[in-house]
Amino acid sequence: MSELRLLQGNEACVEGALAAGMRFFAGYPITPSTEIAERCALRLPQKGGKFIQMEDELASIAAVIGASVAGVKAMTATSGPGFSLMQENIGYASLAEIPCVIVNVQRCGPSSGLPTSPAQGDYMQARWGTHGDHPIIAISPSTVQEAYTLMIRCFNLSEKYRVPVIFLMDEIVGHLREGTEFPAAESLELYERVSSPVMGIDKHCYQVEEGEWAPRLNPFGRGERYNITGLIHDEGGFPTNNKATARALISRLLDKIDRNTEDICDAREYRMEDAEIAVVCYGGTVRSAMAAVERARAEGARVGMFRPVTVWPFPEARLRAWLPQLKGLIVAEHNHGQMLLEVERVARRPARMIGRVNGTLIPPDEIYAAIMEDNV
Amino acid sequence: MREYSDLIYKYTRVDHLPHIWCAGCGNGILTRDVAVAFERLKLEREKTVVVSGIGCSSRAAGYLDVNTIHTTHGRALAFATGIKLANPELHVVVITGDGDCAAIGGNHLIHAARRNIDLTAIVFNNNTYGMTGGQYSPTTPTGDKGTTAPYGNIDRAFDIARLAESSGASYTARGTAYHTLETIQAIERGILHKGFSLIDCYSVCPTYYGRKNKKGSAVDMLIWQRDHGVPRARYDALSPEERQGKFPVGILQQNDYPEFIEQYQRIIDGCETEQERSAFIHD
Amino acid sequence: MKRLLINPRFCKGCGICAAFCPKSALELKDGKAALKERCSCILCGLCEQRCPDYAIFLRDEVGA
Repeated sequence: MSELRLLQGNEACVEGALAAGMRFFAGYPITPSTEIAERCALRLPQKGGKFIQMEDELASIAAVIGASVAGVKAMTATSGPGFSLMQENIGYASLAEIPCVIVNVQRCGPSSGLPTSPAQGDYMQARWGTHGDHPIIAISPSTVQEAYTLMIRCFNLSEKYRVPVIFLMDEIVGHLREGTEFPAAESLELYERVSSPVMGIDKHCYQVEEGEWAPRLNPFGRGERYNITGLIHDEGGFPTNNKATARALISRLLDKIDRNTEDICDAREYRMEDAEIAVVCYGGTVRSAMAAVERARAEGARVGMFRPVTVWPFPEARLRAWLPQLKGLIVAEHNHGQMLLEVERVARRPARMIGRVNGTLIPPDEIYAAIMEDNV
Repeated sequence: MREYSDLIYKYTRVDHLPHIWCAGCGNGILTRDVAVAFERLKLEREKTVVVSGIGCSSRAAGYLDVNTIHTTHGRALAFATGIKLANPELHVVVITGDGDCAAIGGNHLIHAARRNIDLTAIVFNNNTYGMTGGQYSPTTPTGDKGTTAPYGNIDRAFDIARLAESSGASYTARGTAYHTLETIQAIERGILHKGFSLIDCYSVCPTYYGRKNKKGSAVDMLIWQRDHGVPRARYDALSPEERQGKFPVGILQQNDYPEFIEQYQRIIDGCETEQERSAFIHD
Repeated sequence: MKRLLINPRFCKGCGICAAFCPKSALELKDGKAALKERCSCILCGLCEQRCPDYAIFLRDEVGA
């Protein structure tokens, strides 16, 4: 049976994670994400799980990867400065293929920035924050309900593709309170990590089965003895400088996302059916955009909203499908134009940018005004 | 006829030998000490995890035939904390270096010690950054040279064992590459100890630290350890004058502070025994 | 009965085994550890304990 609760986004994301089977959280306090750590501290021992407050964000993500290596679904939560500190080990998880979920409740930066006003300035960092070419998935919720349901999707994708998944929240959604429905546990679709039969001395722990994209690394302690490293490694998990092996590994890591975008990518369209103008936005900006679209529609404008849910990889096929009918593209995001670059890349034409970098919200009026200007 | 001893065959990944360390490197000796300790304790290899960071020391993990994870620079203890907390049945041993655990990972060291979490940290302390070519480290003695201290190091050195002790580690010991028997015993007891144990093992780096500081060959450096390190029982019997210039080898201190995971399990047990509350608690 | 074995493939010629052999039974020959011709090895195993390269070790003689 489902239940209805009044929760803020940060709390809902913890409940979603618990429903997904998350049983380990390591984190460090930082506004506006702290309620996530607080709720994990309260809720995890009730579920037999473990919470630990680490000494910093470097340690938090490291402990999360460690717990995942031991077979437990694990996550951390942070905001801008802490997200910056986590980047090195996010790359480690990408390369070593250790599933984990990192919640980033974005605040206004750079540096300590404007604590803790809303922003979406970590959009590019979520993709490119760690060094080197690497796979990553990022998902952005725009309601408290989605903070719950999309969190489950984060864990499912992370476990399936053995890739770190960034839950790119923002202060708006994190601190918003809304009625949230908790679906009945039986109705949830949960993806459990695929393991392989215990092979004793596992010489090829990183070998990928035919038709699969990620290796079936069993948790430590299951019966194998194998090696995990942040160095480029062969299928046995050992460091190598072999150029062909390096190319094969990195290609596979990137391909496992790039060749599965149909499964991974998600977007929502709102009143797009006959739209000639699309407002592209995500996360906490979505409500302003919807209000603006409604108002402009009432005045006869053919406008809709296109909203990436999977913000990385960018759902480009979905957007491309609308391009033939579109005359105008407006991107609204709480930064100086980051997803704008993706939209323009996919559309191959300039888009109008509505941005904010001072910690204030983009009001519906401003988006409405832009729609009406384009609607001539 | 196998090319290696039964110990090496059982506890190392012989396909990956010979190892990458230089001739005379103390890390090879210390890695063998770890293997002997595992053998004496009859640790089930499949339930044993060796976690390492980055640097010469941290290449040891890849050679040991247990579950091994070579992590990022300085973070081995934090990874290990996650592994142990997620599955307390595993024996989790961290192999780290002086730079890895006392510079870039210093914060994790003092907090792992403060929590007294049941991990065993074995420091291969060679007084330098070997992998990058001999820069001064947090344990390079004042005045000694490194490639980044061409005029002599003006920093003061950490005593890693004392640092861990003062941070709350409930077991600390000193090992050296020379004193193999004492070092093996210190590692064994550290693994058996319930709580955070740290064995600060003096390694030797003849290639960089030794050469830069005119310490002679690996043999000369081991002779220095022999002449200055004194097994703990004998050290205790020395007069203050006789102790001048000497250091004890073996267990330095051991306490029974509460261990982190046991404490946390009590919280979990408490939650379970409480009467069934609503799953959503807002108070 | 034990026997001392040397694996020249692993030996890097650091000389630690020879330096700490209580009977001076070992030497470096062409850069590798070797038993001296007139061997006084007492099979104590100290060389094995301190060899950084696992290149010298005692092994039970099979069938001896």
